[in-house]
Amino acid sequence: MKEQAIDIAVIGGGPAGLAAAIAAAKAGVERIVIFDRQAELGGILNQCIHNGFGLRYFKEELTGPEYAARFIAQLAEYPQIEVKLETMVVELTADKQLITTSRRDGWNLYQAKAVILAMGCRERPRGAINIPGTRPAGVYTAGTMQRLMNIEGFRPGNRAVILGSGDIGLIMARRLTLEGIQVAAVLELLPYSCGLNRNVVQCLEDFDIPLYLSHTVVEICGEGRVTGVKAAPVGSDRRPILERSFMIDCDTLVLSVGLIPENELSREAGVQMEPSTGGPRIDTGCRTSVPGIFACGNVAHVHDLVDDVSEESRIAGIAAAAYVLGEESIANGQKRVKVVPGRNIRSVTPQEIVAGEPSALYIRVAFPERDVVVTAGSHRSKHRIVTPGETVRIVLRPEDIDFNAGVLPVAVEGGEVNA
Amino acid sequence: MRELTCIVCPMGCRIKAYEEKGQIRVEDHGCRRGELYARDELTAPKRVVTSVVTVQGCSELLPVKTAAPVPKEAIFRVMEEVRRVVAKKPVRAGDVLVENIAGTGVALIATKHIQ
Amino acid sequence: MLLNGTETDVLIIGAGVVGSALARELSRYQLRVLLVEKEVDVAFGTSKANSGIVHSGIHDHPGTLKAKLCVEGNRLYPQMAEELNVLYKQNGTLVVARDASECEMLGQLVNQGLLNGVSGVQVLGREELHRLEPNLNPDLAGGLLVPSGGIVIPFDLVYALVENAVANGVQLAVSTEVWQIRWEGGQFIVETNRGMVKTKYIVNAAGLGAAKVAGMIGDESFTIYARKGEEYLLDRRLEGYIQRTVFPLPTPESKGILIIPTVEGNIMLGPTAHRVDSFHDFSTSAAGWDEIFRFTQRLVPGLQASDVITSFSGLRAAGDTGDFIIRPSELNTHFIHVAGIESPGLTAAPAIARYVVELLEDAGLRMTAKRFFNPYRLVVRIRDLSLEDRDRLAVKCPAYANIVCRCEMVSEGEIRDAVRRGATTLDGVKLRTRSGMGRCQGGFCSPMVMRILMEELGLKPEEVTKNGPDSPLLFGNLRDNPSCPEKD
Repeated sequence: MKEQAIDIAVIGGGPAGLAAAIAAAKAGVERIVIFDRQAELGGILNQCIHNGFGLRYFKEELTGPEYAARFIAQLAEYPQIEVKLETMVVELTADKQLITTSRRDGWNLYQAKAVILAMGCRERPRGAINIPGTRPAGVYTAGTMQRLMNIEGFRPGNRAVILGSGDIGLIMARRLTLEGIQVAAVLELLPYSCGLNRNVVQCLEDFDIPLYLSHTVVEICGEGRVTGVKAAPVGSDRRPILERSFMIDCDTLVLSVGLIPENELSREAGVQMEPSTGGPRIDTGCRTSVPGIFACGNVAHVHDLVDDVSEESRIAGIAAAAYVLGEESIANGQKRVKVVPGRNIRSVTPQEIVAGEPSALYIRVAFPERDVVVTAGSHRSKHRIVTPGETVRIVLRPEDIDFNAGVLPVAVEGGEVNA
Repeated sequence: MRELTCIVCPMGCRIKAYEEKGQIRVEDHGCRRGELYARDELTAPKRVVTSVVTVQGCSELLPVKTAAPVPKEAIFRVMEEVRRVVAKKPVRAGDVLVENIAGTGVALIATKHIQ
Repeated sequence: MLLNGTETDVLIIGAGVVGSALARELSRYQLRVLLVEKEVDVAFGTSKANSGIVHSGIHDHPGTLKAKLCVEGNRLYPQMAEELNVLYKQNGTLVVARDASECEMLGQLVNQGLLNGVSGVQVLGREELHRLEPNLNPDLAGGLLVPSGGIVIPFDLVYALVENAVANGVQLAVSTEVWQIRWEGGQFIVETNRGMVKTKYIVNAAGLGAAKVAGMIGDESFTIYARKGEEYLLDRRLEGYIQRTVFPLPTPESKGILIIPTVEGNIMLGPTAHRVDSFHDFSTSAAGWDEIFRFTQRLVPGLQASDVITSFSGLRAAGDTGDFIIRPSELNTHFIHVAGIESPGLTAAPAIARYVVELLEDAGLRMTAKRFFNPYRLVVRIRDLSLEDRDRLAVKCPAYANIVCRCEMVSEGEIRDAVRRGATTLDGVKLRTRSGMGRCQGGFCSPMVMRILMEELGLKPEEVTKNGPDSPLLFGNLRDNPSCPEKD
């Protein structure tokens, strides 16, 4: 075991890591290593066999594996990118030292000049939402279910209830139906779906799968295997109304109850976290609070679209390259503003804007609204509908931002634009 | 009038489609593709089907898709046939596995390389 | 495994912590010992969902078996844990008082402890208490510190005990349910679902089933009730937030709802203690969580509901005497009851084992020590090794460098070991290795663990279960698989 010196360590070989590594290589960085714990690059895209990816980035509709392949193919042009598969980064320090382990190479130490965090996110499990009841087999998170079916080739159930109408839950409703696994119901705690509207149409409505809004699972039943779930409507306080609960027979409960950015390594490295996103606080160059550590993709905030992940990660790669190549001083000298979330804003990423850098803001609202104006500095844009399920992406022009103010208020306002 | 949520892209535009005397009029679509989607949706709705097939001599599954949208009512017929498809290695993304799946006139193609 | 015709000296019914500790204790002697368990794996009953506290002995009434065996058991733990490579820590027990009147009641506990032989108990004033545990509710007025209180991973202990017992010659039969027992010609003829067993002695350590097993020889001298305890496990992010096990003042019914740091660095909240009619009801409830959360908030207000990563419930087998029921049956002195082993049963287990050995000897069983008894159990835990050792191990066996469960850092090598050590189910692997016990709760590792179970045990997908035949995880393959078993 010896320590190896590298320029950039990219942790995660999914869409974020791939785009970041390629951008950094293009910018002239010599020694980049992508670490991924799976046996192939592409991350979660490999199990996302459905289409709908790439419309923004590639202007065509691709499946997950096809989207990943577009980036993987580019690696051939960049011999400065080394890929370490089936390799897990176990530790990361603020000094950018990494400990990795793999079947092939054993345990290893790397000293990187810069680190790009691109670990993606994980799913919120049953325990985290504390559903009462028994602990039978047949309770799976949607992503695990997707892996069991699309990668492992197993049939994990015969009749399912899906809790959560986020995109993964919706996509899985269709996937299960196509494979002859009946979807008895999709339950959603909120009064609206958390997924893209197109997915409600093409995954549920196409197959007449009932969507129960303002409902949740109040009890899981069954001793060995799930035999059913008890569902109940929820009141406006989102607490279940138990008197109105009803049983739904099923042998499988699929949980699609949220994604959590995977930030164990970021925390170890002492990166400052942003509670509203669950990811590190980043600026428009994807810089975290630790110099030389960058974060992009779902590790920074959960994205609706992989296209946005690629775009953001490209920026992270460029910024990391500048850091490694000693061009960072340009960004250091620039003025910065902190984003300040206002009315109906759950989160805004990035949290800081550096003058002179492209400024796309990803805004997640707190509650759905119609006919609103999104304001950010002097930027004002009209939106017919905003919901927490769909990120609002706005691109600011330099003149929208008052860099002398130090802060940039972002808010959703009702009413018409006074233009 | 039918109100449709466009599925062409993640924007999810809400399109209004009017059927008048055999003519279809579309409003509130965000783009040309949205208009076409709305017309199709009223006359002959179509969807792309994605799934997986087995590969001979290999435990890995091959993801596949229909090369173009197929009529909605043919989805389950397509799946029936997909279940029986066995691909042979090596496969390249884009390789045609079935020329005309379930009589739809649309090909079933691989979406991943397997060496 | 068929047992037909097996002849043995001692048959132990039930492979929970008590039966397992006894099996290990008996494996020191030249005896034929058969340990049977009706579940598919050991530790799958009451011992699985235990709070994992090694009690000091201050809580038990002087003069009871509970008090005597708890204090003795507590003293046996350090050596046992060392020998068996079990995760155990003497983290100390705190009993906290909310006000002056409760502080007075602490004195009674100190006295009770002294009578039971618990030493080193310190009375803490408000300041001392908060200096030791700064995250306790600042309103708490004082407390007791009992340094001998500890924590252990209960199922880890059971697996270690059984593995060591088996290594020393004990025969283990899981998925083996005793149906009938009769006394014939100076021995017991025991009918099981796996055939007949002849044995000279029986130890009834059947937990919730102890009264039923006693009934098989016509002994109806006691009743067993199920008392349900719900527990909630918090994210390891909170490691060190509370270091000692925190008890409220006990009530006549229970030791109360506790804040339990686990050896693995989680914090556990619980248990509730409610009598239930069913012996199979392992559900948790919204009411249980509300009760636990409300109560523990008063002790440690900084804990948050969002930190819960999982919850579970266990059924404690409570007797009707208020004390452990450890004695020969009045109907047959070759039949020893070890029943009603509720709290502090986990702590007392090693002492109970010794006590039962004495009872067996009294009943006429000859105990001749083996010349070679190996008290040690070795197990690889990557997490506990230094980086250098990990790398050295990886060179010899690369599977130890392939991390399968990233939340708890468990390698493929450890998972394969667990299967070879007897795990046949997903839960069996989880309890032996901690794979799937972390914050993602198996979302990432369970497909891989399923694959390993299939490979190691030659199972079809539909034969992979969570914790036994009634809990299938999969219903076969999605496609008819035309492939040869070539691995990519």
